[in-house]
Amino acid sequence: MNALSQTSTIVKYSQVKKSYGDLEVIKGIDLSIAPGEKVALIGPSGSGKTTLGRMLMTLEEPTGGTIQVDGQLLWHEEKNGRFVRAGEKHLHRMRERIGMVFQHFNLFPHMNVLDNVASAPRKVLKLHKREAKERAEAMLAKVGLADKIDVYPSQLSGGQKQRVAIARALVMNPKVMVFDEVTSALDPELVGEVLEVIKDIARQGDMAMMLITHEMDFARDVADRVVFGADGRIVEEGPPKEIFENPKSDRLQSFLGRFR
Amino acid sequence: MNAPWMEFVPLLWEGLKVTAEVAFLAAIAALALSGASGLCRVSKYRTVQWAAKTYTELFRGIPLLVLLIWVYFALPFAGLELPKLAAAVLAIGLNYGAFGSEIVRSSIEAVPAGQREAGIALNFTPAQRMLYLILPQALPRMLPPFGNLLIELVKATSLIYFITLSDLTYQAMILRNNFLPWTPHIFGLLLILYFLLSVVITVVVKWLERRLTEGRV
Ligand SMILES: Nc1ncnc2c1ncn2[C@@H]1O[C@H](COP(=O)(O)OP(=O)(O)OP(=O)(O)O)[C@@H](O)[C@H]1O
Ligand SMILES: [Mg+2]
Repeated sequence: MNALSQTSTIVKYSQVKKSYGDLEVIKGIDLSIAPGEKVALIGPSGSGKTTLGRMLMTLEEPTGGTIQVDGQLLWHEEKNGRFVRAGEKHLHRMRERIGMVFQHFNLFPHMNVLDNVASAPRKVLKLHKREAKERAEAMLAKVGLADKIDVYPSQLSGGQKQRVAIARALVMNPKVMVFDEVTSALDPELVGEVLEVIKDIARQGDMAMMLITHEMDFARDVADRVVFGADGRIVEEGPPKEIFENPKSDRLQSFLGRFR
Repeated sequence: MNAPWMEFVPLLWEGLKVTAEVAFLAAIAALALSGASGLCRVSKYRTVQWAAKTYTELFRGIPLLVLLIWVYFALPFAGLELPKLAAAVLAIGLNYGAFGSEIVRSSIEAVPAGQREAGIALNFTPAQRMLYLILPQALPRMLPPFGNLLIELVKATSLIYFITLSDLTYQAMILRNNFLPWTPHIFGLLLILYFLLSVVITVVVKWLERRLTEGRV
């Protein structure tokens, strides 16, 4: 595994497959993401974008192939010279580098905004209470919610909820973060504020991002590279300019046609 | 002629104390068993799940009275002779713990899957997820059904009269023997006392519910 740790990839999918029963939804994907790289994942509904992100977040176990994060296998660990299925301890170590923002926010309804963001630094990173609070407050200020720290999630708008969720994931300082259609559940007039926050993070950050999205303008703006997938395979990938202005495959052409 | 109310009070008071004692101890046993076996039901280990499920199905299916006389009259033949109080607490606890187990399991499972996933994404350990994320949301859901269960449990303590524990019901039967013409009065008082006990439980549970969901809207 030595060679791997020297390569400049933070995430590397190799021949990854995923089946639910008889249904194969990911059919052998190879995809690498460089440290700090912003990769937009686009494709029709049901093509497997969410599944790809969830396998990286360790929410879904691949049924074939390997995923490496930061040069280490994610779903396998070495025991007595052999690679076996990863145990909870290994996954816990690996998750330090990975974060995710969900389509439906998944905020903790029993905690106020501050605790939503501060609880993981406190319990997982074992920071002192005051330091966890300071970090959470700084992160909430960054997403423009410094004045909402005492409020419970049910009192927030969708856009505000999603910004809290972004702050909650960011505060753990992951090396790669999955954004799974984070604006799809929002009213149209709230989409902008959330996309602005993400663009802001993308501009400043050395954090790699996997941006699953149906917002083509956003993908063009933020992504270093766009990956178009269909039916569990990658069909075409390249710089945003190439993908959007000069799509090669028929599938991508007809997919993009729907957004014009 | 007026009913000799003052003659009833001391005996009923003694009975009430026994009923309250048995109900209190049995409730603790039932809650402990509910929590333990409810958590086992959502364990990731199949054998643990299976053991808890077996307990639940078994003790839900046995009538409490049968369980009670089993523990008190049959166990001594196997060399285990329990005092009346312990026998009553054990039987009621096992029976109501089986129902409570279902409440705990279903309340935990009712917490949306996204909560667990958010916990994984933030790298909480499985125990931390349960303790800080799932249980705080499951507990308020459990309270109303547990309130009902406790009221059922208090009423069920009237069965311990069959193993001759001198609870409220037992004392009322004694009083009735001595004051036969006042049977309706004595049993009327009995009704009111059980009812008051259940009112107390309802009030406490409502208060707890409010405490637990404070702040959240
Ligand atoms: N838990 C599951 N069990 C069975 N099938 C599943 C499960 N999760 C996803 N699928 C199936 O896998 C396929 C890919 O789903 P996925 O959610 O990854 O697609 P997607 O590209 O994110 O779609 P969308 O754009 O609609 O979000 C779909 O056909 C879906 O029905
Ligand atoms: Mg999806």
